[in-house]
Amino acid sequence: MPVEIDIAHVAKLARLDLTPDEMEGYRSQLGVILEHAAKVQSLEGDPEAHPEGDVTHPLGLVNAFRDDEVRPSLDRAEVLASAPESRDGYYVVPPALEI
Amino acid sequence: MSIAHAGRALRDGTLTATDLLGSVLRKASETEAQIHAYLNIDRTGAEEAAARADADFGDGIDRGPLQGIPIALKDNMVTRGLETTAASQILAGYVPPYDATVVTKLRNTGAVIVGKTNLDEFAMGSSTENSAYGTSYNPWDITRVPGGSSGGSAAAVAVGSALAGLGSDTGGSIRQPASLCGVVGMKPTYGTVSRYGLIAFASSLDQIGPLTKTVEDSALTLSALWGHDPLDATSYRGDYPNPTRELGHGVEGLRIGVVSELRGDGYEPDVESAVSDMVDRLSGAGAEIVELSLPTFDIALSSYYLIAPAEASANLARFDGIRYGHRADGDTTEEMMSRSRAEGFGPEVTRRILLGTYALSAGYYDAFYGQAQRVRSAIRADFARAYANVEVLVSPTSPTAAFKAGERTQDPLAMYLSDICTIPCNLSGDPAISVPLGLDRDGLPIGFQVMAPALGETMLYRVASAVEELAGFDASPELAMVAT
Amino acid sequence: MNFEPVIGIEVHVELATDSKMFCGCAVSFGEEPNTNVCPTCLGLPGALPVPNSAALDAIIGIGLALNCDVAPNSVFHRKNYFYADLPKNYQISQFDVPVCVDGHLDISVNGTIHRVGIERAHMEEDTGKSTHLGGGGRIDSAEATLLDFNRSGVPLVEVVSRPEIYSAAQARAYAQGLREVVAELGVSDARLEEGSIRFDANISIRPVGDENLGTKVEIKNMNSFRSLELAVAYEIDRQTQLVDSGGTVVQETRHWDEEAGITQSMRTKEGSSDYRYFAEPDLTPMAMDEEWVDRIRASLPELPDARRARYQASGVDPALSAVLSSADAPIRRLFDATVAAGGPARPAASWLTGEVTAWIRKTGTDPANLELTGESLAELLGLIETNTVSASAAKEVLDGVLLGEGSPTEVAEARDLLQISDTDEINSAVDQILSENPDALESLRSGEQKVLGYLVGQVMRATNGKADPGLVNQLIRSRAGI
Repeated sequence: MPVEIDIAHVAKLARLDLTPDEMEGYRSQLGVILEHAAKVQSLEGDPEAHPEGDVTHPLGLVNAFRDDEVRPSLDRAEVLASAPESRDGYYVVPPALEI
Repeated sequence: MSIAHAGRALRDGTLTATDLLGSVLRKASETEAQIHAYLNIDRTGAEEAAARADADFGDGIDRGPLQGIPIALKDNMVTRGLETTAASQILAGYVPPYDATVVTKLRNTGAVIVGKTNLDEFAMGSSTENSAYGTSYNPWDITRVPGGSSGGSAAAVAVGSALAGLGSDTGGSIRQPASLCGVVGMKPTYGTVSRYGLIAFASSLDQIGPLTKTVEDSALTLSALWGHDPLDATSYRGDYPNPTRELGHGVEGLRIGVVSELRGDGYEPDVESAVSDMVDRLSGAGAEIVELSLPTFDIALSSYYLIAPAEASANLARFDGIRYGHRADGDTTEEMMSRSRAEGFGPEVTRRILLGTYALSAGYYDAFYGQAQRVRSAIRADFARAYANVEVLVSPTSPTAAFKAGERTQDPLAMYLSDICTIPCNLSGDPAISVPLGLDRDGLPIGFQVMAPALGETMLYRVASAVEELAGFDASPELAMVAT
Repeated sequence: MNFEPVIGIEVHVELATDSKMFCGCAVSFGEEPNTNVCPTCLGLPGALPVPNSAALDAIIGIGLALNCDVAPNSVFHRKNYFYADLPKNYQISQFDVPVCVDGHLDISVNGTIHRVGIERAHMEEDTGKSTHLGGGGRIDSAEATLLDFNRSGVPLVEVVSRPEIYSAAQARAYAQGLREVVAELGVSDARLEEGSIRFDANISIRPVGDENLGTKVEIKNMNSFRSLELAVAYEIDRQTQLVDSGGTVVQETRHWDEEAGITQSMRTKEGSSDYRYFAEPDLTPMAMDEEWVDRIRASLPELPDARRARYQASGVDPALSAVLSSADAPIRRLFDATVAAGGPARPAASWLTGEVTAWIRKTGTDPANLELTGESLAELLGLIETNTVSASAAKEVLDGVLLGEGSPTEVAEARDLLQISDTDEINSAVDQILSENPDALESLRSGEQKVLGYLVGQVMRATNGKADPGLVNQLIRSRAGI
């Protein structure tokens, strides 16, 4: 069963600026992989027997919380040292077009 | 040299950590040009750590079995002040401001971190060919891949440029390269080794574990690595098994399940015969062999290649050129982000991000991601049924020995099939280990996988140590290196 | 055609925990940019979230206060969208299994109680803050955007109402009621001007009698109750006119322009409808067992609804109950203390919300530091009830008590404000006035009632206002034989 893929839409959702050639390449590769992946639909038996939400922590962990305690923050200079652009303690990016 | 052996020598004063590091660094300088196991060797940091370990030994301070032991870290575990790239262009030059929990643990236990090893970019791959900084090669045949994604750590341990390596295993990324490089690779129960500071690929599947020369070393290293971490919400809080307690206890009276789905088409004859030979020996050693079918294993790969990319598509969203890493030009935030990501990610990572984004997107979620999760749940049920009858399950680790570099790079699906035996335990969260059996007709190592139920590490190591003993594998790739 | 508006409101409440939702960074405002940050709230590679239990306690409290069911099991989801101030480019939020579902909040508009259903309350994390440089702060013409992640990861509770709000006034009352609840719980600073409570409104119109919902428009950027009310009213108007003139409403997000007093269409995130939610694999599921929920329930303060009901049961009418219920806590405590000291409830409420509150405002006194106690107010009300002081003199007595001059009786004596209850003294004053005004007495006897007031006034004047006017009235009448 061939899989329908709007690769331009997917690339936009994933914020990947791809050329038309690249997109076409990925579209066809994804088609092959997804055709194989679609085998998940062949799972036999009652779908309710294996609800999707059933996949929780393999050791059954729940309620892993922390107490409301303040821990030291990072040194700003060390953090901003990794930033491609910063100014006066802020990260700087080109203007946002959409909000 | 094994960790256990080195540990005795360090403690009886016949070896210093500094000398041990020296020999490891010499080995690295002899082999790196051909193997390229490391992205970055931290000579200064390692020498300081070795000197501290020696001072501690001198003062009678013993922090445990890893004190003074040179260890290689896969470069997807963050190290404060030491460049960490996950083999991606998008993190070129990135110096993290904090240490991963496993790194803190290694430092606190006196281990010597030699450097950061190569991997498939963001741990996505089975050959280490997806590294943005060049492929690593298999020490047994340098025209072949070391496996992946922890190929650098596996190769380093195989040639002796580290006594142990840390890897991460999302779909087999510790066990498969261990198998291809002839070393022991172990994926612990999900939640037992902290993921804090492990650059996430697929959060529900990723697990850090050791690559070592011997099963005992694996158990010793795991003992130092695991334990509850309050910084990881998925970290197990209960009692941990003892990995070393039943080493060498044999398999007499144990029931061992052979998975019938993990053989046949696509499995090399040498792999199949080596595995069935080991099964016979286990039987000869007193184990009861049970042939078992786990039908969902046939669709485990499909499930994995939806779940892992889906999680990855979100985990890798943070690489946007704003706070760290590669930034492209752009007139708007959106343009800058999209270009930075397109330029910074390699093709396999891009492919998986697209795949995962698609699998989660409106209209496709139920048929793909949702259904993949149902399969995952069914796989767990299959495992549970199996473990009602046997203590452990066994299979090949990889359907083939090391393949030629470049052989599968143009065929993603063929590459993905490398992980067919290892993926089920990632989906279930159970522990598994690969132990080398011997060499195939081309002189390439073959690995044997042992799987156990969650928190079954004591039993896993017991069986693994029996396999190791029965295999009697002690060849070293150095000989092969000289031959080439 | 006649249209009715249908409104749903989403309220984001920032919790006032010590540390952030998923990391140990301090929740603190007005700090230097990017100083309350760590690997987790900056989305650094490898960092992981661990939920703050106090934030979960808070949302359970909010849920209970809003009459919600607390889900026995709940999970976090990742909400995927790219935006510069969202460090991971996904927000940890909740999707199909929120912590709280199915509650309601009763609001009162013009004395009518209206129940607004609450669909859910869920837990999530806040984003960082963007400052758009250049172009006068307008996004369209900005040169660059500055990012501060101090707010990133601050715990947020989003409360989503059902579309059961039908006017701008109700929208405002709902928002105010919700603010009152979270302020009472003490889980949030609840300061609108600082953005610790933020509203979005979904507005549609439909022909009266129609069951189906019309196309909805989402309004953002309303920073006060007033702007919420104005924006909703404006939008209802705009949609009605649009449809009346043959147009159709398009589903979109609009921005409230406070200065211009209009809503304006805004460009929205690409693919914003496709958030690709999936269960957050870095976190475990949550199990809110009965013990936990009961512990929170037991710790809840009395909430406005329950308080109003209690006031009404003690004899205070609904309108006054509402006023008293929203009064400052010290005033409410005084009310309870007055009633406990035997004071009558309705006058106590009336005096506290009237004279006492006016005095506080006039003098700028901290209501927590009043000289007035429950006992002294009860005493004052007793003096009024027994006609020991007149209503007008009582205000002076109160003033004296508030100024620390002593108990009401002491003040009334010292200021010479006690009513004359000695009948002889009043009798002699009545006799004197009647003898001085024989004509007026004659007119009264012949049925001219209006001179009665004049005569009472004369007696009051003669007694310097201390006589009980009722008694004076009665005495004059008996003298006149009417």
